[in-house]
Amino acid sequence: MKIGIPIETALNQLKQTNLGVISAACQDGANELYALLFAGSVENHQEILQSYGINKIVTISVAGADVHRSPELKTRAIIGAMNALKIDALLGISSTDGRDLLARIAAQLDAPLALDCVGVDFTDRTVIKSQFSGKILAKLKLWGTPFICGLRPNVIPPKMFPVIAENIPYHIALEDTRRLEVRSINKTAADEIDLTEAEIIISAGRPIGAAENFKLLKDCAKELGAAVGASRAAVDSGFAPHSMQVGQTGKTVSPKLYIACGISGSIQHFAGMKGSKVIVAVNTDSDAPIFNKCDFGLRGDLFEVVPALTAALKKQRLSENNP
Amino acid sequence: MQIYVCVKQVPDTAASITLLGPRIYDDTVKFVMNPFDEFAVEQAIQVKAQTGKGEVVIVTVGRESAESMVRTALAMGADRGILVIADIRQIDSITTGRALHQAIARDGSPDLIFTGKQSVDSEGMQIPYRLAAAFNMPIVNEVVRFLLKNETVTVEREIGSGIREAIDLTLPCVIGATKGLNEPRYTRLPEIMKARTKELKKIDINELKLAPAAGKLELLELFPEAERGQAVMLQGSVQEMTRQLIDLLKNNEQIL
Ligand SMILES: Cc1cc2nc3c(=O)[nH]c(=O)nc-3n(C[C@H](O)[C@H](O)[C@H](O)COP(=O)(O)OP(=O)(O)OC[C@H]3O[C@@H](n4cnc5c(N)ncnc54)[C@H](O)[C@@H]3O)c2cc1C
Repeated sequence: MKIGIPIETALNQLKQTNLGVISAACQDGANELYALLFAGSVENHQEILQSYGINKIVTISVAGADVHRSPELKTRAIIGAMNALKIDALLGISSTDGRDLLARIAAQLDAPLALDCVGVDFTDRTVIKSQFSGKILAKLKLWGTPFICGLRPNVIPPKMFPVIAENIPYHIALEDTRRLEVRSINKTAADEIDLTEAEIIISAGRPIGAAENFKLLKDCAKELGAAVGASRAAVDSGFAPHSMQVGQTGKTVSPKLYIACGISGSIQHFAGMKGSKVIVAVNTDSDAPIFNKCDFGLRGDLFEVVPALTAALKKQRLSENNP
Repeated sequence: MQIYVCVKQVPDTAASITLLGPRIYDDTVKFVMNPFDEFAVEQAIQVKAQTGKGEVVIVTVGRESAESMVRTALAMGADRGILVIADIRQIDSITTGRALHQAIARDGSPDLIFTGKQSVDSEGMQIPYRLAAAFNMPIVNEVVRFLLKNETVTVEREIGSGIREAIDLTLPCVIGATKGLNEPRYTRLPEIMKARTKELKKIDINELKLAPAAGKLELLELFPEAERGQAVMLQGSVQEMTRQLIDLLKNNEQIL
């Protein structure tokens, strides 16, 4: 099967989360993998892409329009490449941008689409995806060609599969109808790690008590290389912006490690973070529901535990740097 | 301004989902309006108030019992409703998108279509896009800010890490709403009473004579996600517990 993989970049770097997607599509060389990227978006990508099994690197260049002004233009350019290369299926990252792009492509092509998948099998065209806010998993079959899937970040570990990739330039001319235009991007918080793609998340609930107190978590996050999240109770109390909310009406996250501090573990919070590989809970109440659904529990006050964790991590880092 | 709002009736977010067979769950639980759709309804009502004319029409594909949810939206201030009756367990997002498109297209000429960003049951995340493609309209999903000025809509959406993107789009268009866009209003008794008499048109999905799709999504199986066992509770002083935790994460889990 010819599988197209739209490659995501951040600050001209290949996002790490692409690699798990490539491995999920590769199936030990059973499929022919086409990396789809826009000219000028990634440099020196060949080596890394081919070491994970990409057979063709398709560099899309667009004349007559600036694709970065509109996701509609990107959609049309990718559909052009899919048609030209006779691609059977598309597998992307179910990130904020990825979901948007994949859904646009599927809608334009009237093709079946499954987003936020935690598993995908191209041999029988099935996916496993979350439903009912993560309470249930569903196995779905996608009939028709092409079909389109988005994989939840970090769910498939990257696996090397070295091949030699061929470079294919693809040119397309597009007219910009200007009916949709990205005007500006407000990057005030751009140094933070995106929750939906973070490998480690530390988050706090209502007991954090004030917006300033999130500094405790930010300090710890710096040592961990983590993103900072919040429960809805913390968001609704005004301690954190909604962009930090994890859960049913917040973000679905899938890190390797989720540290929940002062979070009771309501069904709606779980909905967003139960896909985490390892869950650690810090809570003063030994009967808190979260202790029934996590891997490691620390009974204690987050105002003591979090600074102690930060200090221990810092100490360790310093001793590793100066043995 | 002719505004349509697509809403879906879903199991209450607090309901536990019990599986009764490989493809069916116990649907005797409480059903409510999909939480994201509440933001869509609220925004539509605010836009109508802002422009001072036109109507807000609620459209849903669902069971006969979804009427109560449509009445809730009418009580919030929408003018009338359309309920396309279908067994939503039997249809996929492609068909739902087609049904919503047909129901709206037969009813009138939309200037704006609002939806929620996704439903919390099937988590398909694609209806707003499929509607937009069917109507050939621009779409922005996960909208947290909406501003209408003349023929232009300016929206903001979050693209991760708290970064916001501002996007201009022309009418008519489709907007997928998410939390942060507004505070959905509560309905009061007089409005609930009034909503009972508002027009609600029921159409059987077969009457829409939807064109068959080339592709489809078939549900093969539902299964519960594996639960974690009892947590390992760490013991000792705060310092001892954090040291143990780091050790476990580093050596046993190979994360740090
Ligand atoms: C439609 C709907 C959607 C929702 N969506 C979401 C969502 O997306 N995300 C979400 O999180 N919630 C969501 N909720 C809300 C959810 O039901 C809970 O109300 C919320 O998650 C509770 O947040 P919390 O755990 O921070 O607060 P609480 O329930 O107040 O729990 C605080 C916990 O911290 C412990 N604690 C207190 N002090 C300390 C301390 N000093 N140190 C350590 N532990 C301490 C307490 O023992 C308790 O267990 C939703 C609800 C509904 C109805």
